Amino acid sequence: MVSNARSNKGVGGRLLRKEDDRYLRGRGQFVADIKMSGMKEVAFLRSPLAHARINAITIPENLKHKAFCWSNMSGVKAICAMTSLAGFKKSEQSPLASDKVRHVGELVAMCVGDNRAQAEDFLEELVVDFDELPAIVDMVSAQQKGAVLVHEDWGDNVYLESKWDGDLSEAKANASITVTRQIRTNRQCMAPIEGKGVVAYWDNRMDQLVLYTSTQMPHIVRTGLAECLNLSQANVRIISPDVGGAFGYKGILTPEEICLGWLAMECGHPVRWIEDRREHLTANANCREHEYQVTAYADDIGRILGLEAVGAVNAGAYSAYPFSACLEGAQVASILPGPYIVPAYQCNINSISSNKPPILPYRGVARTSVCFAMELMIDAIARKVGREPYEVRLENLVPPTAMPYTNITGKAFDSGDYPESLRRAVESINLKGIRERQATNEKDGRRIGIGFCTFCEQGAHGTSVYHAWGVPMIPGQEQAVARLTPDGSLELRIGAHSHGQSMETTLAQVANEILGIDPADVRLVHGDTQYTPYSTGTWGSRCAVMSGGAVSTACKALAERAAKIAAHLMKLDLKEVQIIDGQAKGAASSISLAEIAEAWYYKPQILAADVDPGGLEVTVGYRPKIDTGTFSYASHAVVVAVDTELGHVEILDYVIVEDGGTMINPMVVDGQVFGGAAQGIGTALYEEMPFDSVGQPLASTLADYLLPGPTEIPAFRIEHMETPSPNTEFGVKGIGESGAIGPPAAIANAINDALAPIGVEVLETPVTPRRILAAIAEAQAGAQS
Amino acid sequence: MKPAAFEYVRPKNLAEALTLLAEGQGDSKVKAGGQSLGPMLNMRLSRVNQLVDISLIPELKTVSDDSDTIIIGACITHASIEDGKIPDVTNGMMNSVAAGIAYRAIRNQGTIGGSLAHADPSADWVISLTAAGAEAVISGPNGERRVGLNQFMDSAFETKLDFDDILTAVRIPKFSKQARWGYYKFCRKTGDFAEAMSAVVIDPSRDYCRVVIGATDTHPVVITDAIDLLTSDEAIDACITKNALDLNPLSGQMHRTALRRCIKQVQSL
Repeated sequence: MVSNARSNKGVGGRLLRKEDDRYLRGRGQFVADIKMSGMKEVAFLRSPLAHARINAITIPENLKHKAFCWSNMSGVKAICAMTSLAGFKKSEQSPLASDKVRHVGELVAMCVGDNRAQAEDFLEELVVDFDELPAIVDMVSAQQKGAVLVHEDWGDNVYLESKWDGDLSEAKANASITVTRQIRTNRQCMAPIEGKGVVAYWDNRMDQLVLYTSTQMPHIVRTGLAECLNLSQANVRIISPDVGGAFGYKGILTPEEICLGWLAMECGHPVRWIEDRREHLTANANCREHEYQVTAYADDIGRILGLEAVGAVNAGAYSAYPFSACLEGAQVASILPGPYIVPAYQCNINSISSNKPPILPYRGVARTSVCFAMELMIDAIARKVGREPYEVRLENLVPPTAMPYTNITGKAFDSGDYPESLRRAVESINLKGIRERQATNEKDGRRIGIGFCTFCEQGAHGTSVYHAWGVPMIPGQEQAVARLTPDGSLELRIGAHSHGQSMETTLAQVANEILGIDPADVRLVHGDTQYTPYSTGTWGSRCAVMSGGAVSTACKALAERAAKIAAHLMKLDLKEVQIIDGQAKGAASSISLAEIAEAWYYKPQILAADVDPGGLEVTVGYRPKIDTGTFSYASHAVVVAVDTELGHVEILDYVIVEDGGTMINPMVVDGQVFGGAAQGIGTALYEEMPFDSVGQPLASTLADYLLPGPTEIPAFRIEHMETPSPNTEFGVKGIGESGAIGPPAAIANAINDALAPIGVEVLETPVTPRRILAAIAEAQAGAQS
Repeated sequence: MKPAAFEYVRPKNLAEALTLLAEGQGDSKVKAGGQSLGPMLNMRLSRVNQLVDISLIPELKTVSDDSDTIIIGACITHASIEDGKIPDVTNGMMNSVAAGIAYRAIRNQGTIGGSLAHADPSADWVISLTAAGAEAVISGPNGERRVGLNQFMDSAFETKLDFDDILTAVRIPKFSKQARWGYYKFCRKTGDFAEAMSAVVIDPSRDYCRVVIGATDTHPVVITDAIDLLTSDEAIDACITKNALDLNPLSGQMHRTALRRCIKQVQSL
C-alpha cells in the first residue's frame, strides 16, 4: 500500500534546510527574544568560594520581596539524580545553597529587578557570612585517606566505582610487549552560542506554571521540575522555543529553572533569567575531566592480547539530573575497548566528587575521552613494534565478516566495515606522500605529523541499556503524532527537540518517503509539552533513529487510513489503492490527500459507514528491533605542522570517513560531522577550564577560554560509507555526536608522529603550545641526563 | 553581567570633554572605541560615575602632516588604518599591524588612541608605535604636551595620563625609504591576546634602531639603540635574560622566538 519509490525529497535527498529561512533572516525565537508585560529580571548571587559553610545570609529590609535565599523556598525539594547501580551515593542539590556551598558559582541567593543591571545592584546589598573549608580540586587528593569530604555523610568522595573484571593472566604471559600510559582529558566547557535562558509565569486560565527554557528535553524538565516544586505535572507546561546549540548542556534540569519556576509563583509576574558567559563558563557548563592509566598487552605485530585501565572521572559537586554523576565514569568501563577485538579486559573507574561544578554530558560524552585514550595507546603500541599505526589498527579492528559482533563488554555492534573506513582514510590523506614529505626538512623548520583514529559510536540506545542504569529517565517507545490537516498538509508532533539536528527538514523527508507529500507541506511541532507526546528528548544521537522511526511508522499508519477513505471514494478495493506522491492512486484514477482530507473534515456524508473514527490523525510508538543502540563509526586522518619553537600546531589536512548507516539527508550528516569535528578541535587544541588549588576557576570570559574560530577550522574532507543498520527504520544510525569524538585522538597522534623523532609524546588535552614546549624541554633534559 | 549605573555624556568638542573630566574629579572616564572598557564595565571590574564618550569629536578624527611627522587623531579606528584610509608613512607597517588586531568587529570600533591609553602591554599599537618612535599628544587643564611612547607607560594599564587628561593624537615620525620594520606576535588563535610579541624599526638614514618586546607583565621592554641585537641569536637570548623575561622558561622560550623571528624579518629584506 505504501510506495518506496525514491524521490529527491525523501530519504537520501539533498534537501536544503526548511528551518534556515527564519534563522538566516534573524527571525528565530529564542528565550531571550520573548517579551512579556510586567516581566522582571533575575540575577543570582553565586558562591565566591569552592567549599564553605554558610553561617548566615543577610537580606536588607528594603529588599525583602526582591531578594530570596533557600530559607524562603519552603517546600521546594532538592535535585536528586539517583541511579540503581550498586554502591552509588546520592547527592542532594538544593536549587539555592542550604547549609554549604560546594563549588564556585553555586547559587546562593537571587534578586528580582526591573532589569538585569538593577537585579545585579541588589545582589551587592546582600551579605553572606561564609566559613571557608579546604577544597577538593583534583582527583588524586579527593581519593586520599582523610580527605575533606564534599558530602560529609558519604565517608569518602566517590559517587561510584565502576568495574569490569577480567582475567589478564594469559595476556600477560603471552605478551611480547607491554605499553602503559597515563592519559588525561582536561575539564572544559560546552559553549553553545546561546547560553541557558528561562522565562516563567503562572497562567491563571490554565492553572499552569509555564516555563520557557532553552532545553533539549522539555518533558524531562517538566517531570523533574514538578517533583522539585511539588506540582502535578498537569500544572506545568514547558516550552523550548528555538535553541541556539545545546550539546548536552541543555540536557539537564537546572537549579535556575527551579528557582525561576518558584519565583513566578511567588511573585505573580513573569520573570526571566538569561545566563551570561561568565556564569556559563565558571559555574555551569563544565565537562570532560577524565584521567586513566592504561596498559596494553600485545604480541610482536601489535595485536592486543589484553587491556587494563584504572582511572577516574572528576564528576564535580553534584549529580546532575537526569543522567547522574556516573554517566561518564560508568560508560568508560564499558566502552574503552572501542571498535577493537580485545580478548581480555579489566577496568576500574571511580566517579569522583569534588568542589568543582557538576560534570555534564557533552557531545560524545565519555566517548571522546575514551577514544583519545585508546587511540593514543594504539599509536604507542605501533611505535613499540615498529609498524605504521594504521596497520596496527587493522590488526585489531573488528572485521566486517564478524558482524554483527558482540564485544568483550557485551556491546552489540550492528553492522559495518570498520577496516574499510580506515583504509579509505589512509588513501585519501595520502599517507605515502606524507611519509615522503617527512623525509625532507620543511623550509620553515616545522615538523610534519600524520595521525589517525578509528572509533564507533553507540547511539539511540534504549530501554534495555538505561533500565540497567536506573537513572530517573528511561527511554521506551518513542512516539510521534501524524495528522493530515483539512487542506491536506501534514503536521508532525514529536516529544524530542530539534536545535541544529535539522529535524524540521529530515522528518519532512521521512514523511515524503512514506506519503510522497512535499516537505514544504509538512510542519513539525516540537518543544512544547502541551502539544507533543512524552519523550526523553534529544540526546545520545537518537533522534534520526527514534523520532525518524516514529514518524515513518506514524505516516504508514496514516497512509492506511487515507487509503481506506480513498478506496471508498474511488469505488475501488483497498488492495487496488496506493499512496504515492501525495495521492491515492488506483489503476486508472487518483485523488489527492487534500481531497481525502476534505472528505474527512468537511464532507463526512460521503464517507463509508465503517470509516475509522480515528480519522486522519495517528499516534504511534516506535522502538528498533534491537534497542541496544546503533553503532556508527568513522576513521579520522589529519596532517599537522608543529612549530617546535613556539609549540603551535597548524592543521594542514583533515579527512573523515564516516558510516552513519542510511543517510536521510547527506548534507545534514555533513553538517553534523563538520560541527562536531570543529568542537573536537576545540577539545584537542584550545579549550580548557583550569582551576587553582583552592578551586577558583581561572577562565571566566572568552578571552581566556579559547574556542577555535573560523581560521582554526580546516576544510574537512568528509567521505561517506552507507552500511544500513539491520535494526532500524531505513537502516538509519545515530551520528550526531560522532564528529566531536575523533579529533583529539587523531590530532594528538599526528602531533606525536611529528615529535616522535625528538622523543616527545603528549598525552593530555588540550595540546597547548605550553604543553608541547614543556614536553620538548622534558625530552631534551632526559636526553642530556 | 551589566554595568553599575553611570552618567553618559557625549561632548561636542575637546574643550567640553576636558571640562567634564576636570569636573569629574577622577570619577569620570574617557570612552573612545570602548572595546576594552565596555567589557570591564559590564563585568563591574571598572566603575565610573560618568562616561565621557569622545569617539565622535571631529577634531579627534583628523589626520595632519607636520613635515617629518604625521599626526593621527586618537579616535581614528583600526579599520581605517587597515583599509588604507590614512596616509601611510611607515612603509606599510601600520596597515599590516592594524589588520592583525583582534577581529574585524573590534577593529571597526576600536581606536588607536583608546588602545594606547588603555596601555595593555600586549596591545599591537603599544608595541609597534613605540618601536616606530611615536609620541602621544596629551591635552590637559594646562594645555597640550607630548610624551614619547617609550616613556608613556609606567606599568601594565598605568600611564602618564592624569584623570583630567585626554590622549588626543599620536605623532608618528615618517620612515625614510630605507627604513625597515619587523613585527612578530604569537597568538594561540587568530584574534587572541599575544603570548609573545616583538617589533623592530631600523632607519639607517635617521640613525635609528629600536626594538620593543611586548606581552610582558609590566610596561613593554624598549631597547632604544638596538643595533647590537641584530648581530646574533646570543645577543637576543642575553636581552631576554637581562630583562627577566625568562623567569618562566616556557614564556622565555616564546619571547626569545618571537624576538628572533621579528629581527629575522628586517635581516631578510
